[in-house]
Amino acid sequence: MNILKSRLAQVSSSAIIELIRGRFSIVSRRGYSVGVCSRRVQPSRYHPFSTSSGNGSNEEGTQQKETISVTFVDKDGEEKHINVPVGMSMLEAAHENDIELEGACEGSLACSTCHVIVMDIKYYNKLEDPTDEENDMLDLAFGLTES
Amino acid sequence: MKIKTLGIVSGRRWISRGFSSISSQPLRVCVVGSGPAGFYSAEKLLKSQQVAEVDIIDRLPTPFGLVRSGVAPDHPETKIVVNQFSRVASNERCSFFGNVRVGTSISLSELRQLYHVVLLAYGAESDRVLGVPGEDLDGIRSAREFVWWYNGHPDYSNLDPDLKSIDTAVVLGQGNVALDVARILLRSTTDLAKTDIADHALRSLQESSIRKVYLVGRRGPVQAAFTAKELREILGLKDVYIQIQEADLLKSPADEEELKSSRIQKRVYELLSKAASSSDSHPSPGQRELHFVFLRRPEMFLHSERSDGKVTGVRCEKTILKANGESGKQYAIGTGEFEDLECGLVLKSIGYKSVPVDGLPFDPHKGVVPNIRGRVLGNASTDPAIIEKGLYVVGWLKRGPTGIIATNLYCAEETVASILEDLDKGLLTPTAPTPGREGLVQLLDSKNVRFVSFDGWEKIDAEEKSMGSLKNKPREKITKWEELLKAACQ
Repeated sequence: MNILKSRLAQVSSSAIIELIRGRFSIVSRRGYSVGVCSRRVQPSRYHPFSTSSGNGSNEEGTQQKETISVTFVDKDGEEKHINVPVGMSMLEAAHENDIELEGACEGSLACSTCHVIVMDIKYYNKLEDPTDEENDMLDLAFGLTES
Repeated sequence: MKIKTLGIVSGRRWISRGFSSISSQPLRVCVVGSGPAGFYSAEKLLKSQQVAEVDIIDRLPTPFGLVRSGVAPDHPETKIVVNQFSRVASNERCSFFGNVRVGTSISLSELRQLYHVVLLAYGAESDRVLGVPGEDLDGIRSAREFVWWYNGHPDYSNLDPDLKSIDTAVVLGQGNVALDVARILLRSTTDLAKTDIADHALRSLQESSIRKVYLVGRRGPVQAAFTAKELREILGLKDVYIQIQEADLLKSPADEEELKSSRIQKRVYELLSKAASSSDSHPSPGQRELHFVFLRRPEMFLHSERSDGKVTGVRCEKTILKANGESGKQYAIGTGEFEDLECGLVLKSIGYKSVPVDGLPFDPHKGVVPNIRGRVLGNASTDPAIIEKGLYVVGWLKRGPTGIIATNLYCAEETVASILEDLDKGLLTPTAPTPGREGLVQLLDSKNVRFVSFDGWEKIDAEEKSMGSLKNKPREKITKWEELLKAACQ
């Protein structure tokens, strides 16, 4: 189990993503540094925001692809709301929308400059156990927390 | 032969929006070294200072530092980060000057006169020494030299280590670099042939007669410095027999304490235990062997009258661990009991070391430039310490040779934050016009230094890729200085 608690809090921030089918929210919180983004967030409070239901019937109604709505919060607390096709990685979603996010290996699972913290134990438990390879990468991640 | 490419410099007009209320000049920054620390810093400076102009110089004609010459050829995904660095280099406010060496092509003080900020990011290009007798024998190399050789670094293309008249290698050290060199020695050359390994190294490895590699560490499996990813990789190598003494895996209460506080060490230890218990008792015919040797300290290197100055083995002292007071860490102390490991090649993987340049404060003991959050401190031991104006440091030269590529992201963030703070305080406001890039080009010109621009590197890159594609390799590295310079000016 991994609930992530940071001892390396001085660096950047994190985005914390809760995953459920077709819907998620990103929470950033100072003190949690996930390489997900090199962005800092406002002091010591959760920024829960979320999600609209994502069943394709959003404002981009002409698009057939099912999307979900994601909110990114940068280090200054600035929010950016975007629609992301289901299945797209957070890193791709950020880059497609000109959101700065460090991802040294460009999503090839070869580093952990970006990773996701699932805050809600309910959703965390819905995920499969991390593979050995994922755990190996997480060994080196900043702001790793116990679970 | 004319390589100088001035096109990138001339004809550009920088719109100076004024980085401070006092000056209308752009902030002119020179980054020395184009590895991850240099590029991450350049990126952050360019982003945070819209009027900053960043020049990155490197002593090699090729950029990217250890991503090119350090990262193992069979780890291509780790090198993907060069895409990001290339995007930084293509920023119109950024220029690359390869083949420019601080200390010979240009002095540090000249650079400091040309730029508001000189940011040193040239890493660690030397090695720690063991200081035990026989260290100069033939057949003993630092892992760095071996790595640079198989990665096609132009300074080591002639290293030509003897791999075909010997059957055993000893690797001293138990970090990831040690695992890299052991893996390259043990791995099937059919696999390696598909990587960007230097051609001279591939040919030499194809003829290699090395069957056995010892990985020697002073401390135990709980203290080993490698990470689980690299360990898992070598433990899973095809046709390699793994030997780990079960007795070495016994844990003391102090070991248990250490494991409790470190996720990495815990996972490394578990991997080693699993490998020890699942391994066969003997290698099968044709298998190469990897022996993990814990709790051994090299005492001296051996040679014989017949070996003609060539190493024939390593004498090791057995050690035990002793707790170091409050830190909870344990260190190795000798027991007076010795054991010899026979070998024909020794690779010392005990750490890299930075080298100072003229006029740079340097702490020879720690092997780093004394600094406060990246601000270089003067040599004189005054209190409070004097800060060298406009001089900064980042990466291995700042914090010592440890960490992964992404560590430099945070390291760069810290140093760049210091630069921006000093800029805000007006400490970097130029009193006289600072020539920056134009001045650099003029000075290099007057000294007849032919620099390689990023365009030049892209020509090298294209040629390497095209040569590689003929052999089903991602690239065939050009490994000679003169050929690199030639390719750059085609």
